Amino acid sequence: MKRAAANPSRRNVHPGRNSAQAIAVTAPNTTLPAGILQGDRRAIARAISEVENETAAGDAIIRGIHAHLGHALVLGITGPPGGGKSTLVSELIGAFTRRGRSVAVVAVDPSSPFSGGALLGDRIRMERHALAERVFIRSLASRGHLGGLSRAVFRVVDVLDAAGFETIIVETVGAGQSEVEIADIADIRVVVCPPGLGDDIQAIKAGILEIADIFVVSKCDLPLADRTELELNYLVGLRPDRSRQPRILRVTATTGEGTAELADAIDAMAGACGRRREERLRERMRRMIAQEAGDAVRQRLHGVESAKLDELCAALGRGELRHEDAVAAAIRLAANGGA
Amino acid sequence: MSAQQRRIRVLMGKPGLCGHDRGIALVVMALRDAGMEVIYSGRHNSPESLVEVALQEDVDVLGVSILSGGHLGLCERIARLLRERNVDDIVFLAGGFIPPEDIPQLKAMGVREVFRDDARLEDIVRFVEKAARERVAA
Ligand code: B12
Ligand SMILES: Nc1nc2c(ncn2[C@@H]2O[C@H](COP(=O)(O)OP(=O)(O)OP(=O)(O)O)[C@@H](O)[C@H]2O)c(=O)[nH]1
Ligand SMILES: [Mg+2]
Repeated sequence: MKRAAANPSRRNVHPGRNSAQAIAVTAPNTTLPAGILQGDRRAIARAISEVENETAAGDAIIRGIHAHLGHALVLGITGPPGGGKSTLVSELIGAFTRRGRSVAVVAVDPSSPFSGGALLGDRIRMERHALAERVFIRSLASRGHLGGLSRAVFRVVDVLDAAGFETIIVETVGAGQSEVEIADIADIRVVVCPPGLGDDIQAIKAGILEIADIFVVSKCDLPLADRTELELNYLVGLRPDRSRQPRILRVTATTGEGTAELADAIDAMAGACGRRREERLRERMRRMIAQEAGDAVRQRLHGVESAKLDELCAALGRGELRHEDAVAAAIRLAANGGA
Repeated sequence: MSAQQRRIRVLMGKPGLCGHDRGIALVVMALRDAGMEVIYSGRHNSPESLVEVALQEDVDVLGVSILSGGHLGLCERIARLLRERNVDDIVFLAGGFIPPEDIPQLKAMGVREVFRDDARLEDIVRFVEKAARERVAA
C-alpha cells in the first residue's frame, strides 16, 4: 500500500462543512482530487456523484487523478439475479480485510425503465461492514445502461483506485448471458452460479463462460449444488482455449464455508494480473482519450465559423461527396482548428 | 459528454430493534416509482452505521422509520452524528408510530419533518422531492 489513503487513522476524515461545499462549487479540479488522493471519505463520495452525473466537475476530477490509477486489484462479480452475489461480496470483504487490505465495493442494481428510479438493495447483505474502517461501499443504479454495469462505473472505479483502495469489488446487476462488460473492467472475473438453474446454466455459457476466471458454485448448502458443479466442469471442458482454464470453487456464503479458499484462489491469480492490468490501463486511457477527442471534435465542428466546413457540408448535401470522405475531411478540419 | 440527469438519492433505514418494516417498504417503493434512487439498508441499523452509509452513498435525504418507541433517543443520536461528521446538510426525516406531542422535540433536534402513520405516500414523495431540490440549490 503506497499511500496513507483509505486508512482513516492517517487522513482528514472531517473536512469543514463549508470547505467541503466550497470544494464542490469553486475549485473541483484541484481540491476534490486532492481529497480523493488523501482518502477523505466525503471527498470520495462526492467525487463519485460528480463522475456518475457526468458533470464538468466530474471530468475535471478524472483529469486530476489519471496519474494515480492502476494500483488496485479489480474483482468483478457477476451471475444471475438472486444468485448470491452480494452475500458473497460481503464474505470477500471480510476475507480481504482480515488479510489486512482495504476494500471498496461498487454494487450496481437496475434502474426502472419506467420511472428511472431504482431500489439499491445490494448493501443490505454487506451491512456488517458498514462501520469497518478500511471499507467503502457505494451503490450505483444502472441508469438505463445495458451490459450489467452503469455507464459511469469505469470512472467510479478510477476514483476508488486513486483513493488507494487495494481491492475494488464490482458487483453487476443480475446478469444472464450477454452482460459481459465486466470483462473490460475487472482483473479477475468471478461468475456466481447458484444451484438449480437447470437449463439456464446452458444459457449462461454463451457469453459468460469465456470471461470467467473463477466459477463459484454458490449456496452449496442446497441439494442441487453437486449437479451444478458437475455441469460447470463439463462446460469448462468445452472451452477451446485450454491454457486459461477457470477454477471452479464451492462456497456457502451464508456460513462462510469456502470463502477462504476463494480468497486464496483470487490472491494466487492476482500475482499474474500485472500484465492484464497494464493492458487494461492502456485500454482505459485510450477510452478516455477517445471520448474526450470525440467531444473536442464535435465542439469544434459545431462552434467554429469555417468556410471550408460550409463548403464540405454543401457538397455532402448535393451528393458530390461520399459520407466517409466528408467525415474524414471534417476530422482533418477540426484538427486544424477549422481552418 | 452528455450529462446524466441528476437523480435524487435517498437512504432509508430502520434504527434500533423495531421490526415493523411494512411502512418503510411502501415508502421505499413510492420514492423509487417517483424516479429516485433509493438505498434500503434494512432493519436493525445503528445510528452510527446509518450516518456512515449516508456519507458514503452521498445521499440527499436520510429517512428513518421507527414504530416501537425509542424515536427520541435514536433521532437525537443520528442528528448529533450528522453534525459531527459535517453532513447535516442531508435532509433528515422520520416516520412511523410517533406521538404528535414528540414532534416539536424531534424537529428541534434537527429532524426536518415527521410522517406519522396517517401520512399519505403522495405527500411524502412531494416533500422529499422539494427538500432534495432545495438542498441541491443551496
Ligand atoms: C402490523 C403491526 C405489527 C406486525 C409487523 C409486521 C411487519 N413486518 O411490519 C407484527 C405483528 C410483527 C408486530 C409486532 C409487534 N408490534 Co406491532 N404493530 C403493527 C401495527 C398494527 C401496524 C403497523 C403497520 O404495518 N402499519 C402499516 C404501515 C403502512 O404504516 P406505517 O408503518 O405507519 O408507515 C406509514 C407512515 O408511518 C409513514 N412512514 C413510516 N416510516 C417512515 C419513514 C420515513 C422516512 C417516512 C418519510 C415515512 C414513514 O409512511 C407509511 C405510509 O403512510 C401497529 C399499529 C399502528 N397504528 O402503527 C402496531 C404497533 C406498531 N406494534 C406495536 C407493538 C408493541 C408490537 C410488538 C412489540 C408486540 C409484541 N408485544 O410482541 C411487536 C414488536 C415487533 C418488533 N420486533 O418490532 C405497538 C408499538 C407501541 C409503541 N410504539 O409504543 C403498535 C403501535 C400497536 C399499539 N398500538 O400498541 N406489529
Ligand atoms: N441457502 C443459501 N442462501 C443464500 C446463500 N447465499 C445467499 N443466499 C440467499 O440468496 C438470496 C439472494 O442473495 P443475494 O446475495 O442478495 O443475491 P444477489 O445475486 O446479490 O442478488 P441480486 O443483486 O438481486 O441479483 C438471499 O436471500 C440470500 O440470503 C447461501 O450460501 N445459501
Ligand atoms: Mg446483489
